[in-house]
Amino acid sequence: MKLTDLSSDINEWFSGSGPLADIVISSRIRLARNLAGYKFLNRCKTAEKAEILKKLRDVLMSLDLGDKVFYISVDKAPVLNRHLLVERHLISRQHAFGKGPRGAVIAQREFFTAMINEEDHLRIQVIRGGLQLSKCAEQINHIDDMIEKKVSYAFSPRYGYLTACPTNLGTAIRVSVMLHLPALKITGQIEKFFNAARDMNLAVRGLFGEGTEAAGDFYQISNQITLGISEADIIDQFKNAVIPEIVEYENAARNQLLSKQIDVLDDKISRAMALLRNAHLISSQEALFLLSHLRLGLNMRDQMGASTPAIDTLCTLSQNDIAADKSRGLSIETINRLFMLTLPAHLQLNYGKPLDATHRDVLRAKIIRSALNQET
Amino acid sequence: MLCQICNKNDATIHLTEIADGVRAEMHICEHCALEQGIAVKSQIPLNELLSSLLAVQPTDEELFGPSEKGAACPHCGFTLAQFRKEAVLGCPYDYEVFEKPLLNLIKKAHNGKTTHCGKVPSKTSTGTKEQIKLIVLRQQLEDALRSENYERAAKLRDEIKKSQN
Repeated sequence: MKLTDLSSDINEWFSGSGPLADIVISSRIRLARNLAGYKFLNRCKTAEKAEILKKLRDVLMSLDLGDKVFYISVDKAPVLNRHLLVERHLISRQHAFGKGPRGAVIAQREFFTAMINEEDHLRIQVIRGGLQLSKCAEQINHIDDMIEKKVSYAFSPRYGYLTACPTNLGTAIRVSVMLHLPALKITGQIEKFFNAARDMNLAVRGLFGEGTEAAGDFYQISNQITLGISEADIIDQFKNAVIPEIVEYENAARNQLLSKQIDVLDDKISRAMALLRNAHLISSQEALFLLSHLRLGLNMRDQMGASTPAIDTLCTLSQNDIAADKSRGLSIETINRLFMLTLPAHLQLNYGKPLDATHRDVLRAKIIRSALNQET
Repeated sequence: MLCQICNKNDATIHLTEIADGVRAEMHICEHCALEQGIAVKSQIPLNELLSSLLAVQPTDEELFGPSEKGAACPHCGFTLAQFRKEAVLGCPYDYEVFEKPLLNLIKKAHNGKTTHCGKVPSKTSTGTKEQIKLIVLRQQLEDALRSENYERAAKLRDEIKKSQN
């Protein structure tokens, strides 16, 4: 299986399906584990790292996950391929550009990834579209149990699963939800969201885990506390308190835009359409920013039946080239597709060779223009 | 408002820490932030800023205690000084070797909690499972006594007695 099999389309979970998918892009649960009887990676010499890598690779590749799995030797992979894996949220930046023997086991449908020798010996994750934390939990627990039948984890009754960094102790679980919050941004209320998160001991990151200025109005919110609370309680808090509250904030902001700031809304969407359909050079950052407003418009139509001049025009655009279903008007799936396929590594791998920044900006603009314009 | 440290420059960095229901605020200027060793990037998320503040403020002595300073793990040779630099430990045994000094850090990171009460690997012997249950029950008893919930405390004491038989 080649990586270009991945790069030419979006992952299943990004395609816009799943509960609350207009605001909740995806749910992810990650578990960190270390093998008993080995040092943490920080102190391992290359030979020990290679031994851990082989052991875990063999175990993971032998699991029955209900899907084909493939292994990538991350330290040996071409740089562009590593960037692709990061763009698809399959491995972390730290893993892509770390040191020493390390690898990743990835399920073909990309719902499951295992990073071997990142910060801990093993980090496994399950991702699903929309708000599906319970299903993620069920799957990841099952996989964790299967792995544990074949290896022994470093564990203490007092501190739980032992991790290289004490901030991950205990359940060693990271529950993470990716949200799209354009209305909160436009109405200047995104601070409210940050404060709420902080008060609940949650971390907020941008699309790829850094900065407070989130690209494309995407935010990842995750738990920081992992000890002294059960996995089920952490997940319950997210499902029943945290996420519903944030979704409510965003919906309230969208209603506010419709009832009190309709000109602001229309302007944002019109500008996005105008630029995306005409620009000849567009950076990744700008594309994400503008596509976010289109996504907002389409979702407001879908979820709230919103009808404003700009939204009406937006919905009459037909779609081309990259659309899965060309017979409909512009769809959210196409926008989601554009979000991912215009990222730098995706762009270059699909084009077939590396491109410098300017040529990437030209190609990106071309792909977007042809997806959004009426011409065939 | 003026920087609380130098009282000369304008405070442009405002930090709020909420711990155990207590709110503490700090207002400092960029110069003093640098002096304190706080790296201030304009885009840094607030919680990261707070963590680096928490990490920098106490001295080795305050955080780890004088007696532990030179100790090294017999299994992997790791020292606390190395942990300070790298923020990760050397091996699972370090949690025992440096138990006391790490306890403070763990409390801070996990909102005062220091006992695991989640999933347990299925391979642990029944002995260990029972041990975990007891540790959890004891922690719950402590919490109940602290919050003066004596009825619950009595129930927990009974459960602990039962588990030990």
